[in-house]
Parts: sequence; structure tokens; C-alpha cells
Amino acid sequence: MTENQPSMAGATRTQSRQLMDGWWKDLTDADAAGRPVANVFVMGSIAEILRVFDLPMSFPEVAALQTAVRGRSMDFLLAAEDYGYSPDICGYVKVDAGLHITGRNHPQGKLPKPAIVVATNMCNTYIKWAEIWERMYECPVFVLDLPGWRGSGFEYGLDGATFESDRRYVEGQLRELITVCEEVTGLEFDIDKLREIMLEVNRMSGLYQEIIALNENRPAPFNAVTEGINYMGIANAFRGSPEGNLFMETALAELRERVALGQGAIAEEKFRLMLVGTACYSNFRDFNRLFEQWGGSFVASEYMSYAGGGIDRGIQYDVSRPLESLAEQILVTAQPSMSGIFHSHDWLAQQFERFSVDGICFHGVKSCRTTSTGLPDTREWLFKNMDIPGLFIQSDLVDSRLWAEAQLKNRVDAFFESLESRRALAGR
Amino acid sequence: MADEELGDIFEECRALAEDHDFPAARRWLEENPGGKVIGHFQVYFPEEIIHAAGALPIKVSGGSSGLQIRSADARIAAFVCSILRSSLEMKMAGHLDFLSMFVTHPICDAARHCGGVWARNFDDISSQILYYPHNPTSAYALQYLTDEYRRMVSAVEEITGTKVTDEALAASIEVFNENRRLLRDLYRIKRETPWLVTTVEAYSLTRAAGLMPREDHNDLMRRALPLIVARDAKPQDRVRVVFEGGFCEQPAFDMLAVIQDACYIVDDDLMIGLRWITEDVVAGDDPLTALAKAYVESSSYSPVQRDERKPKETMFLERVRGANAEAAIVGAAKMCEPGLEEQVGYSRALDDEGIPHLIMEFEEKMTGFEQVRMEVETFAESLLFEFA
Ligand code: SF4
Ligand code: SF4
Repeated sequence: MTENQPSMAGATRTQSRQLMDGWWKDLTDADAAGRPVANVFVMGSIAEILRVFDLPMSFPEVAALQTAVRGRSMDFLLAAEDYGYSPDICGYVKVDAGLHITGRNHPQGKLPKPAIVVATNMCNTYIKWAEIWERMYECPVFVLDLPGWRGSGFEYGLDGATFESDRRYVEGQLRELITVCEEVTGLEFDIDKLREIMLEVNRMSGLYQEIIALNENRPAPFNAVTEGINYMGIANAFRGSPEGNLFMETALAELRERVALGQGAIAEEKFRLMLVGTACYSNFRDFNRLFEQWGGSFVASEYMSYAGGGIDRGIQYDVSRPLESLAEQILVTAQPSMSGIFHSHDWLAQQFERFSVDGICFHGVKSCRTTSTGLPDTREWLFKNMDIPGLFIQSDLVDSRLWAEAQLKNRVDAFFESLESRRALAGR
Repeated sequence: MADEELGDIFEECRALAEDHDFPAARRWLEENPGGKVIGHFQVYFPEEIIHAAGALPIKVSGGSSGLQIRSADARIAAFVCSILRSSLEMKMAGHLDFLSMFVTHPICDAARHCGGVWARNFDDISSQILYYPHNPTSAYALQYLTDEYRRMVSAVEEITGTKVTDEALAASIEVFNENRRLLRDLYRIKRETPWLVTTVEAYSLTRAAGLMPREDHNDLMRRALPLIVARDAKPQDRVRVVFEGGFCEQPAFDMLAVIQDACYIVDDDLMIGLRWITEDVVAGDDPLTALAKAYVESSSYSPVQRDERKPKETMFLERVRGANAEAAIVGAAKMCEPGLEEQVGYSRALDDEGIPHLIMEFEEKMTGFEQVRMEVETFAESLLFEFA
């Protein structure tokens, strides 16, 4: 590398494309060979256990998102609406239902039939979604029920008795899931394999945390929305695998290089932003342009936290007691990820400080009541109580009919103008 | 004379349901100075726990078209059902200023935000969340739910300052067992002799249960049921339908009135939480576990509760057949993710069984019903013609 010349540029993207192509090839091959596949969700996939049984994991949310980024989601949304699904339900569910109704031909490969579905309640819609496949394919559906936060203060930390009750419930369910997996695959559970996978997850969690932390730098080296989604996708699809960790190492190296070179995610970082909610994937470029044209860089994204089912919170499995530790870590990491969506104000205030954020964009999407319902209230609370400026806009994840560019642009422009005035006032 | 008495009862109940100021709860507080009222959101809550602490449980289940939403819209995203907004509005506007505690349940993605929104906005009350098992067939679910109930007991004890003893809980279970028995009787009358009680009447009577002391409701039911049975009404040539979709947000009274003009609604899931437990709970030595067990083992169904032993289409078809209905109206509240998703499953199952049905969306705040009238009348006429 010559001085100031990046040697890693593009390495992450190349590797991520290779991994995702390989992932789709595995799913397509498994479908062709009639091998069992597990349908799982990004929040709480329990890859740790499914990998022990060599079950390829199909993530319908990732698949739906990919159709949107490729401009194909409307085909499947309309197929599902023709079938009877309402325009007012989650678009991911509809894209997936549309794919299944029309022969499972995804632009990137064959979407397999599930042999087993594992759904957590981190989003309640996961359960309704799982029931759609249950009807279509009569496959077993295992709901891993995760208790959430209690009390009205929402400071994380359960009292001893509640934690113990939750731990017992989660561990018991994990043991029951193992039995179902044995039945579906005909394989015996191998606890040593679980240990190896858990060690990989420990490593991945650490690497993922390091990646996120790099955006504390100014300028922030990566766009937490456009690039963050990539890190998240791999963290889900390759959780617990050496390839996944190799990817994280590459990403980390590339980002460290950017930091060393003073290279930011966008040409000139004028405003540091945080996204709460998800982006609009059917109009992904347009969405980002609205912010980038003001020099707004997404240095943090709540999505990079909850969509990993706790991976950002520093998973530390104790492999000398694998199942017990798996249950405990789920409670220590996945539970705050889940409940944090509903009671996010304290966490957001911390992230605001940590990443030196200038303003938060709260993007409510019609598809997702899980992430969107309380956003206006959270925005209001943060502004009133902590003087944190926030913008609330609405569109969708995958449904381009809900993208009203002119209206959105007005709101976004007005927000940046207010951030500029704030800055001017503060500089006086 | 009897008709007049019955008419008064129905009127009183409907007025109670449509009054956003919860007059019966306020009356109770006047009569019980220092008493505590605890609100809980849809669908089901083990009200016995609150009752056993000497407090009054009331159901917070949204408002009617008369409620002006002034502040709640600014707190909740646009594409969310009405019941969440109106329930929040009632608290923001002071209609629920007498509550000491509010409990929500993570029944759906939208309702899960209630805990946070209420906690952020109201520091005068405790906003609690009660978790039910989404995996009730797990061997560990019963213990988990019992622990949750125990936690709820502590929260209620803290608010009321009264210890919930096993004896008190067993006595409360008896009160609620009786109430559920009486409601089952009312529904039996609806199924067997729907000409004796209209849907609006039966619904008013049912809904009042969650709005007044349950002993008073038991008295009301004990008076009303014999009067209903003694009514001198003749069966008419109407289509017998089941109405499904009222498990959480409630359709307006006037919408039910429009449907009943054309059909007999012989069964429904309106305010199903009040009838959630389907058999008497035997308190035994451990009444709290008995309550939890009833939830897991002897309960109804709804789109927001998963239980693989009770596939929802199977349960729904049983309801249709059990009521000897010829057809169904499959409703869903606007913007209700689980309700709208279930609608597709129900509709397909009815298609498979060749049972005619009408799909409809509603909102608690609806005021114009001409479209509904037209749809229901056309549907009912087509059926009468078909069955003629
Ligand atoms: S509601 Fe939101 S979290 Fe749930 S499946 Fe849809 S997009 Fe995902
Ligand atoms: S009406 Fe539907 S979406 Fe609204 S709170 Fe009830 S279950 Fe949730």
C-alpha cells in the first residue's frame, strides 16, 4: 500500500457478495435435493442450535428486502394482495407469501420450502408469518418464547426471581427445540459441535461490536444504513460460522484503514445522524440521497442492534455449560434488544452521546408496527426531556406505493435547516 | 313490565359502554374511598388477582365514535389501529384519571408499545406488562405463567397495600366463575334461540362485565337471563351467521345493529377476553396455579394467541358448526396486523368447507354504515335465495 492509498477498498463488498451468492446457492441446492431447510427470522434465529443439525437457514426478511432493493418487491406484494392479503399488513410477510404463491422463484435463487420454522416473539408478526407456512406446508413451527422487560421504569435488569423464571423457561424451550430438530433431521444432537458454534458467535459478537465502535470516529467510516445492512445480513446468515467471522475481520480491516486515511462514509460529513426504525428498501437510494445531499451521514442505526437479536451487545457464552449459558445470554442480550424497541428512549439517548449525533431520523414504516408504533412518542420524549432533535417521517420497507418523495424531501430539508440554525445558535 | 325491566338493563349496559368516563368505576370509588382501580388492556387478564386485593379491575378497550382524538395521534404512528389511540386518548384527556395501574400485554406488535408509551407519558400510575406464553405447549409454560401471575400479585399488592391470600383468590375465582357461567348461558341462548336477544343487547350485557364490579354484573345477569328466556318473540326467516374479528378492537354498536337487521348473529368473538376461560376454574390448594392452568388448558382462541393444539381455523369452524350457522362474517379492525392476517386463513378455511362468508373491515370510530348495510343485505339475500 502506498501512503494514503487504500488497499482494502471494496474487499468487504466483494466478500459479502460471494457469501450471499453462496448462501442462495445452498438454499437452491437444498431445495433441489429435498434436504430440510429451516425458516428463521433475524431477531432470534437460534442459529447456534440449527447449525448443529446442519440445517440451512432461510431468512425470509432478508429475501424480501433483497427483492425490494432489486426493484422486484411489487410483483410479489401484488400477488399476495390478489390472494387476499390486506394492503395494511407487513410488506415482508406479503413479499414472502407472494413468492410462495407464485412458485418460490426469488431473483437470487430458489426459495426453499421449510421443513421446520423457528420463530421467536421478538416480533409478534413472526408468529403469524410462521402460521402461513404451517398452513401451506404443514411443517412444524417452534415458537421460542422470550420474556421481555417488566415494570414501568424499563431500566434493564430483572430481579433475581424473574430472571430465574425466565431462564428456566428459555432453557426448557431450547431443550424442546433440540428434540424437534432431531426429529426433523434424523440427526442426534452433538453438544461439542454446539460449543464450537458458540465460540464462533462469541468471536463474531466481539468483531461486530468493534465495527460499530469505529463509527465513533469523525468522520464515521461507514454508513450505518447502507453498509450496516450488509454487516447485519452476514451476521444473521453466517452467525456461528468461520466464514462469517472472516467477513467481519475483512470489514473491520477495511474500516480501520478508512479511519487511518480519514475517509468517511460520505464525501463531506456535515451532520452525524442516527436512524431509528428501518430504511425504505424499495427506494433505498432515494432514501439515502435525501440525507446525503445535506452532508448527513448515518453514523448509527438502531437496526444494527435489534436485527441481530443481541449480537451487538457482547455475547459471551460459557461453553462449559452450553445450554444454560445460551439461555442466559439470550436473556442478557436478545431480551434487551427486543424490549429496547418498545422502550428505546434511554438507549437512544446513550447512543446519541456515544456517536456524537446531531439529530435522529425516526422513520416509521407502515409494514412494521414492531419498530414504528411508538416512534412519534419517543421522538417527543427525547426532545422534551433531553433536547435531542428528531425528525419523524413515514413510508414503507418494500412498498414503493408509499414513497412520497416530495413530501419526504420537504420534511427532511426542514429538519436539516433546523439543525443548521441550532448549530448557528450554539456557535454564537 | 318484564320487557321494560329488560330494556332498562340493556340500556344501562350500553350507556356504560359508551360513556368514556367510566361512571360505574367512579361510583365504586365514591363508595370505597381509598379503593384502587386497575385497568387492563385487551384481550384477557386474570381479573381475579385484582379482585382478591379488594381493588376494581376494569377493561380498557378503546372508545366509541364519540371520543375526539386530540393528543394521542401525535404519540402513535399513523398506520396503527384505533383502539390503541383511543385508549391512550382516554388517559391523556382525563377520562381514566382514576386508574392506579394499567397493565398491557404483548398481544401484537402495536400493543407492545403501549407499555413504553404509557410509562413515558404518565408518571402518576404504574404501567405494567404481563406476559403470556406464546409457546403454551412447552412443558415449562405453565410454571412461567404462574410466575408471571405471582409477579402481578406483588405489583397489585404494592398498589393496594392488601395481601392477596389464597382464600381471597379462591373466593374471587368463584365470583368470576359465576360470571363466566352466566355469559356462557347468554351465548347458549344466542345460539339456540337468537330471536330472543339481539346482538346489540347481548353485546351490551357482555361488555358491561368489564366496566363494573363483577358482583353487580352477576346480579344484572341473574335478573336479565330469565327475562330474556321468557320473552315472547317468534323466530324469523333470517340467515344464521357467526361474526368473527371482535377479539380486540370492537366494532361500533351501530354496525352490529346494521348486521342484526339482516342476520341472526348466533355466535361471535366480541370481547372474547371476558369469556376466555371456557370452564369453571377449580381453585384447589393453589388458586394461582389453577388460574394459570386455565389459561393454558381451558381457554378460547384468537389471532393473537398461538397454541398449536388449537389451530385457529379449526377452532373457528367449530364455532361456526357449534352454532349451527349457515355463514360467517369475517371482520378485522382496520390496521390490525394479526386480525387481517387471520382473515385470510379463515376465509380459505371457509372456502374449503363451502361455507359462504363476507369479509369486512371495521373501525371502532366508524359512523357511516350505509356501505356495511348494503353489503350485509346483499350477502344475506343471496343466502336466503340460495337456501330457499
Ligand atoms: S412487522 Fe417488522 S419486524 Fe415484524 S416481520 Fe414485519 S418488518 Fe419484520
Ligand atoms: S386491534 Fe389488532 S393491532 Fe390493534 S391492539 Fe388489538 S390486536 Fe393489536
